[in-house]
Amino acid sequence: MTNHWIDFKNTDCALIIGSNAAENHPVSFTWLMEAKVKRGAKIIHVDPRFTRTSARSDLYAPMRSGTDIPFFGGLFNYIFETGRYHHDYVLHYTNAAHIVHDDYDFQEGLFTGYDEEKRTYADRSSWAYKTDAEGKPLKDMTLQDPRCVFQMMKKHYERYDIDTVCSITGMPKEKFLQVAEMFTETASPDKTGTILYAMGQTQHTVGSQNTRALSMLQLLLGNVGRPGGGVNALRGHSNVQGSTDMACLFHIIPGYMPAPNDGDHVDLAAYNATTPKGGFWTNRPKFIASLLKAWWGDQANLDNDLGYHYLPKQKKGANHSHIALFEDMMAGKIKGLFNWGQNPVVSGPNTNHEAKALEELEWMVQLDPFENETAAFWKRPGVNPSDVKTEVFLLPVTTFLEKEGSVTHSGRLIQYRWKAIEGPGQTKQESWIIDHIARSIKSHYEGSNKPEDEPIKYLTWDYGSSDDLSIFVDAVAREINGKDLRTGKQLPGFGALQDDGTTACGNWIYSGMYTEEGNHAKRREKEDPSGLGLYLKWGYAWPLNRRIIYNRANCDPSGKPWSEDKRTIWWDETQERWVGYDVPDFAPTRSPQDPGGTDPFIMLPEGQARFFGVNSMNEGPFPEHYEPYESPVENILSKVQYNPAIRIWESNKRGEASEFPIVCSTWRVCEHWHTGAISRNLPWLAELMPALFVEMSPTLARERGISHGEIVEITSARGAIKAVAMVTERIQKLDVQGKTIEQVGLTWHFGYQGLVKGDITNILTPHVGDANTTIPEYKAFLVDVRKVK
Amino acid sequence: MSGLSRRRFLQLSGATAAMATSLGFSLDSLEASTPQLRIANAKETTSICCFCSGGCGIICHTVNGELVNVEGDPDNPVNRGSNCSKGAATFQTAKNDERVTKVLYRAPGSAEWEEKSWDWAFERIGELTAKARDASIVHRNDDGVIVNRTEAIASLGSSILNNEDLYLVSKLMRGLGVVNIEHQARI
Ligand code: SF4
Ligand code: SF4
Repeated sequence: MTNHWIDFKNTDCALIIGSNAAENHPVSFTWLMEAKVKRGAKIIHVDPRFTRTSARSDLYAPMRSGTDIPFFGGLFNYIFETGRYHHDYVLHYTNAAHIVHDDYDFQEGLFTGYDEEKRTYADRSSWAYKTDAEGKPLKDMTLQDPRCVFQMMKKHYERYDIDTVCSITGMPKEKFLQVAEMFTETASPDKTGTILYAMGQTQHTVGSQNTRALSMLQLLLGNVGRPGGGVNALRGHSNVQGSTDMACLFHIIPGYMPAPNDGDHVDLAAYNATTPKGGFWTNRPKFIASLLKAWWGDQANLDNDLGYHYLPKQKKGANHSHIALFEDMMAGKIKGLFNWGQNPVVSGPNTNHEAKALEELEWMVQLDPFENETAAFWKRPGVNPSDVKTEVFLLPVTTFLEKEGSVTHSGRLIQYRWKAIEGPGQTKQESWIIDHIARSIKSHYEGSNKPEDEPIKYLTWDYGSSDDLSIFVDAVAREINGKDLRTGKQLPGFGALQDDGTTACGNWIYSGMYTEEGNHAKRREKEDPSGLGLYLKWGYAWPLNRRIIYNRANCDPSGKPWSEDKRTIWWDETQERWVGYDVPDFAPTRSPQDPGGTDPFIMLPEGQARFFGVNSMNEGPFPEHYEPYESPVENILSKVQYNPAIRIWESNKRGEASEFPIVCSTWRVCEHWHTGAISRNLPWLAELMPALFVEMSPTLARERGISHGEIVEITSARGAIKAVAMVTERIQKLDVQGKTIEQVGLTWHFGYQGLVKGDITNILTPHVGDANTTIPEYKAFLVDVRKVK
Repeated sequence: MSGLSRRRFLQLSGATAAMATSLGFSLDSLEASTPQLRIANAKETTSICCFCSGGCGIICHTVNGELVNVEGDPDNPVNRGSNCSKGAATFQTAKNDERVTKVLYRAPGSAEWEEKSWDWAFERIGELTAKARDASIVHRNDDGVIVNRTEAIASLGSSILNNEDLYLVSKLMRGLGVVNIEHQARI
C-alpha cells in the first residue's frame, strides 16, 4: 500500500475492484464506513459477484472476470474525452509531457520488438523516451505533441470506447458511466479517491498490467501521495509484507534489490553498474555493501569485493518462481525442500500436479502448527504411502500468541508481538528451529577448505542462544536495522549507510526501525496531531516511518498542500525545509525551486510517475487487453488472444470453451483463512463454515437442472471436484460480445486434513502465470458444472 | 486427528455455564461480572492478529501462564479493539487439541509418523542438507564466473512468520547457495 488502513477514513471516494474487502479484510471497512458517515464518502464496488462489499457500497457494477484492462482503458478514454483529470498533477508529477522514442509503435495488439518464436519482446530499445544530444528526455509541457506520452496514451485507449469495453466486460453501459462519473469526481484537487484491490487484480496472466492500469488511473486523477488516496493492495497473510520485504522470493534480495545472476552481475562492480542512474536507487551500492557486511562480517572486505562472490548467482534469465519451481521439482531437479509454513497442495495451481511433484523429493522439512495437506501429501487420498520415497519431517511450531517478534501489515507498519504464553509440548518458535538447523548445517563445513563452502562456513550467525528467545530475536532485529562498524552504534536510518564496508545492515528499508533509542516497532504511543490517523509514534513504518509514501505529491509544485483539510507535509519558507505531520518522502531541504524540487516519485530516475512504462514490463509500455489464457470469447481488440509474453509449460492442459463454457474464479469467506490449514482446525471457525460451495446464477442452475444445496461436479481441463451448489442472485449471467456468459466461483479453503474437509479447488486451476511475476491465473479459467447423477 | 464434534462444542459452553452458577451470581449481574472475573487478575500481553494483513491488535489475558481470554486490543489505533470472526477465534490457535506438539518423522515408504527428538531431527536435517548441497553446488559456471549456487534445494514460505525469522530464512538459504526461494506472496 502507498497509504494504510486508517487512512481510508480520509477518502472522498473508494473504488474497490478485485477485492471483497468487507469480508476478507474487514478492518478496511471500519475506516471506509467512517469515511462514509463522517465525510459523506462514496464507495464503488466492481466485481463479478455481488458481495457484502457491494451491499455496503453506493454503487455496484458487475463485470466478467479477467477484463480489468478494458474497464480501466474505458475509464482512460472517458477521462480524455471529458477532461476530468487533475491537470497540474498530470503535467508536473507524471511523464505525460515526455516525448516517446521515434521507433516506438503499437500495431495489431503488439508493441515494437516482439519475437514470436521466443514469445518475448526481445528488442525493447524503443520503449524509451526521445532524448536530446546530452541524453536528456525531451518534453512538451503543452501536452500537444502527438508523440508525447499524454497524446500517445490518449491514442492507445481511443479503441477502448464505451461500446467496446462494455461488450468485453459485460458491464451494463449505464453502470459503467455511473462508475466513471463518480470516481472521476476525485480529479478535483480538493478531493481524493482511493483504490482498494486484492488478488482479483493480480491473479491473472495480465495481473501486473492490471495493477499498473489502476495506478495510472490514480495518477490521472492526482490521487497518489495523498491522504484518502493511493494505490492500496489489501495483502493476504499477517506478515506477507514482511516476507516480501525480507526477500523470501527468488528474484530479489532483502530490500527489493535484484537477486544477482551470472550474466549481468558477475562481480560487485558489474552489480553496481546496473544501479539506476537517477532517483533514490542511486544509493544502491551502499545497500548491497551493507548487506554483504551483515552476512559475511569480517570475511567481507574491500580486497575481496566485500564477499560479493558468496552471494549465489542464478543462471541469467532463470525463472524460479512458484510454478517454475514445481515444474523443476516434477522434473527431479530439486532433491530437498524446506517448507517453513506453506500449504501448496491446497494453494498451488493445478495442485494434483504439484502434489505429485512433491513425490519426486528425497526429503522435505516442514514447520507447521497443524498437520496440513502438504505435510500429509504422502498419504493423500488415492496414494499408497509405500510408493512415496520422500523422507518427511514435521516440526512442531508455536502459533503467534506464543511468539516474540515483529510483523508488517499491508500499510508497511511494523508492529510487535509479545509472547503471551508458552507453546504446548515440544513446540518451538521458528527462530529457535532455524538457529538449530543453521548450526547443524554449519557444523558440516567448519573444517572445509573448499572455496564453494566459504559462503555457508563464513555466514555470520552471532545472535546468542536461541533458548532465550527475546534476546535472540532482539539481536536479529538489530542486525536487520544495521550498525556503524566503526562506533558499534545502531544506525539512525538508511541515510547513514556506506558503500566502503563501514556499515552493516540486513535490510536497508528497515534501517531506522531499531536505532540507539530502541526498537521502534514496540512503540505504543497514540498521538495524532493531524487527525489524519498517521500515529507516527505507534510502531514504525518503512521507509523512515513515512505513513503515506510519495507525499511530496500531496502539495502543488510550489509546495502548498492541494487541499487544506488534507495537509500532511508542506514547504516552510522560513525554515527552508519540508515540515508537517508525516515524514517527508523527499530530500528535507530540497526546495520546490531546486532542481528536482517538483519530482515526487523519487524512486524513478526522472522523478515522475510513468503512464508510459520505460522498459519495465514484459508485455509493453501500456496495459493492453488480452483475454485470459482460457476464455469463452475471442479478443475483439486485436488478433492476439492471450498475453503474448507469458511462458507456457508443456505439462499444462488448456481448456476450450466448447467443452468448458463457464468462467470460473476463486474467492474466500470471512470465516476461513486461505488453505484453512489453521482455520479449519479451529472448532469455532470450522463450525461456522463447514463445507466447500460453488456459487452460480439461477439461470445457470435452471439450465443445468441444479437445485440449491445439492452436490455438483465442477470440471476443468485439469481435473474434477465436487461442491455444494449455492444458487444465488449474487451472480448474474452477463451479455458479452453478443453471447450469454455464465460465471461461477468457488472458495478454496478446503482439503483432506483438518476438522472439516472438502475437495481442493485448485485441482481445477491452470499452471500458467503472469508475464512479469508468474502469479498463477486463479481468477479466470474455464470450467463446466453438472449434476452428480 | 479427531473430527469436529458438536458435543465437544456444547461441553465447553456447558462448563462455562456451570462454573458461573456454582459461583452463585444472580442472572442479572452475570453478564457484567463474568468477563471481569475471567480477566480480573490476568496479565495482559499484546500481539497482532495472525490471519490477514490488517494488523489488528490482539490482547491476551493469562493467569499463571494459562491463557484465559483473547480479544481485540482497544489501544491499537488500527482496529480500536474490534476483530473479525477470525481474529476473534484466535484463542483457539493456542487452546487446540489438533496442534502438532511432537517432532514427527516419516521414513521413506512408511505409512506412519514416528516421534523423534529435536536433536535427532537437527542432525539428520543437517546431514541431508549438506549431502544435497555438496552433490549439486556449482562453484563456477561454464564461463568461469563464481556462482556458488545449488538448484537442488528449495525453500517455501512463509508469510505467517515474524520478520526476524524471515530474515534468517532468507539469509540462511542464500548462505547455502539456494536460488529456489519462494513463498505465498507469489501465489
Ligand atoms: S455473527 Fe454477525 S451478529 Fe453475531 S456478532 Fe458477528 S457480526 Fe454480529
Ligand atoms: S481480526 Fe480480521 S481483519 Fe483484523 S487482522 Fe485479523 S483477520 Fe484481519
